[in-house]
Amino acid sequence: MTILRPKIKVLDEEHKNSILNEAKQILETLGIFVENEQARELLRNQGVNNEGLSFFIPPDLVEKCLQSVPNEITLYDREGEEHMTLKDDNVHYDPGSAAILYLDENSGETREATANDFIRFSKIVGHLKYIEAQSTALVYQDVPKEAQDWHRLYIALSNCHKPVITGTFKKESFSIMRELLLSCRLSEDDLARKPLAIFDACPSPPLKWSDLTTQSLIDAAKSMIPSEFVSMPLAGASAPITLIGSITQHCAECLAGVTIAQLANPGAPLIWGGSPAILDMKYGTTPMGAIETMMINLGDVEMGKYLKLPTHAYMGLSDSKVPDAQSGFEGGMGALLAGLAGVNMVSGPGMLDFESTQSVEKLLIDNEIAGMVKRLLRGIEDRGTPFALDILKDYSETEELLSHPSTLNLFRKELFIAGPIIDRMSRDAWNNAGANSARKRAKIEAKKLESKPAIKPIDDNLVKELKLITTTHLK
Amino acid sequence: MSIEKLNVEISEAIVNLDKEKALELAKRAIASGLNLLDVVEHGFGEGIRKIGDLWDEGEVFLPELMLGGNIMQEAMELLLPHLKEHSESFNRGVVVIATIEGDIHSIGKTIVGTMLSANGYDVHDLGADVPAEKIVDEAINANANVIGVSALLTTTMTGQKKVVDILKERNIRSKFKVILGGAPVSRKWVEECGADGYADSAVDAVKLVKELSSSK
Ligand code: B12
Repeated sequence: MTILRPKIKVLDEEHKNSILNEAKQILETLGIFVENEQARELLRNQGVNNEGLSFFIPPDLVEKCLQSVPNEITLYDREGEEHMTLKDDNVHYDPGSAAILYLDENSGETREATANDFIRFSKIVGHLKYIEAQSTALVYQDVPKEAQDWHRLYIALSNCHKPVITGTFKKESFSIMRELLLSCRLSEDDLARKPLAIFDACPSPPLKWSDLTTQSLIDAAKSMIPSEFVSMPLAGASAPITLIGSITQHCAECLAGVTIAQLANPGAPLIWGGSPAILDMKYGTTPMGAIETMMINLGDVEMGKYLKLPTHAYMGLSDSKVPDAQSGFEGGMGALLAGLAGVNMVSGPGMLDFESTQSVEKLLIDNEIAGMVKRLLRGIEDRGTPFALDILKDYSETEELLSHPSTLNLFRKELFIAGPIIDRMSRDAWNNAGANSARKRAKIEAKKLESKPAIKPIDDNLVKELKLITTTHLK
Repeated sequence: MSIEKLNVEISEAIVNLDKEKALELAKRAIASGLNLLDVVEHGFGEGIRKIGDLWDEGEVFLPELMLGGNIMQEAMELLLPHLKEHSESFNRGVVVIATIEGDIHSIGKTIVGTMLSANGYDVHDLGADVPAEKIVDEAINANANVIGVSALLTTTMTGQKKVVDILKERNIRSKFKVILGGAPVSRKWVEECGADGYADSAVDAVKLVKELSSSK
């Protein structure tokens, strides 16, 4: 039995309450800018006042809509088997999504990705024990531009069984993506009951829901496909510089999303998430590895938990351009803090360069980090008294405990079994193994994983069906 | 006060981000009938350049850079009416800037626009999600020298090329310098588009526009 689950908190009850109230007040007085006509109609039908495209949502409507959001979401894999549940303080990781560039570990060059890179990436994700979900992580250039968003879902589903975090870049893609998902299920109803994908929906800071994103939110709600808010206030650029101000803005943007989605379909599954950042005051960049970025994330997630919603955050990323020491400490800190906060879906593994570049090397390193974090979260376990006395009695006989039954029975439970990426060799052994850095070891491991047979091979008919849908829409 | 001394004080006021002082000195320069072109170039201009250098050195940060730019703009508003006869030689050029159609990422484009205005360019910021045709039309209407196009999505980048293509189609390519920006933009992409350059920070964007203007 776990004695205590290690936790981190950055807000107290009083402040959570005042943030929530102010967020509602923002929606009521400043309003939310709604570009999408369907959403405007949903709001007008509720008698919500507007000035132009700004809608002033009253707190009681927000409250009412909050009531109908499910508190948990269970995701199922491609084959329809239960895979993971986003609820309470459960923690799951998925690769950071939609990278523009790919760090090719063989050439060492950062370049545009190809479809083959993503095929390989998806296969590798299938084998990573601690990265439970996959994502449409790479945007590759060897498909027509119009297909660049939805085509990724085709490759993801064809090469990996895990649930997918994905999203559209334009309105028309949603229906194609839904069709791809449906091919993995018996019926629309079956897809609604066994969600396979989560769609990211990014409001535009400050306080705006763009046409594209809102459409995705409404379409997903109607099909009971989970949407994940990726609200990204940039502190000091498109949000207040104060961390608490950014958390409040995030809360308001997400509450507007809750309202729109629940009006579209009460009971639609939603995830309270985000990718906030500070603005680096020298370079004008959006550092995902900044400690304050992580702190805003922690506050946002606490608000989601306060509202009893499943949560998400973009954490575990680094702004370094290569998997170096900076990438290790930023990735490690982010993944650890997210674990301590109990973020249900942590998007970030593999990602470098402000959400711009995916790296398989970093992904494999992050898989180890995630494994360690999960061990930490199980905490120190009470396995019954005496804790040590009896074992120590036995020591006097054998003068070692390696062969003690308790060691044999419990070492796999007590210890995180480190993968080949973490170096725990003696110096001589390390020298003999090539004196490799973690990055180099990750590269070697990637080679092995890419050719390993899939844990769950895909059904031949499904391969054909996915392909058929894709070729039809590519025309 | 000699014009040299005044220019030093103006430049210092800008570097210190002392708006009141900077504006007061601008008024004094007007009242004393000094050569205002000299004051703009060696007083205010020098101050803004120094702030840029301090940014390079990590002494000054973006909010200060923006404030410096805004003070500069306010001072210019005071000075411009008196500069009329020199305005031709003063005006550095007209820049039309926008984020391309289908793309709503506006922050980087806005920062670049502000810094260009601070450096004496007449900037027409068309906002985000602007069709290529419209950017070209506006550039023609505004008699622009430079067209700046921002794209943050790999799917919308093609719009940047479209701007260049339209200019070529209409046989007016040589009338404009076209510069690109945004996370996915690379030197290679600039070449593919046949654009004139790109920058990945606001300060470099200003340097780029200056270089392109002088190479004309
Ligand atoms: C903030 C942000 C948003 C905000 C934008 C808010 C706003 N009003 O601008 C919001 C939330 C709205 C948003 C939405 C989306 N986003 Co976005 N976003 C970002 C993020 C995190 C930072 C961009 C930013 O503002 N940076 C800070 C500014 C200061 O930097 P900058 O824009 O690069 O500008 C500097 C230079 O590039 C240069 N510059 C810029 N423009 C110009 C122009 C000229 C002429 C010159 C010379 C220089 C220049 O100077 C600037 C100053 O330093 C990037 C991540 C990244 N790596 O860039 C993703 C990112 C660009 N977004 C991405 C995506 C996928 C989206 C969405 C499609 C998500 C969705 N499914 O809803 C939507 C897009 C909708 C649309 N049709 O446009 C992807 C793009 C992936 C791809 N392959 O194309 C990125 C890379 C993140 C990711 N990996 O997922 N996003």
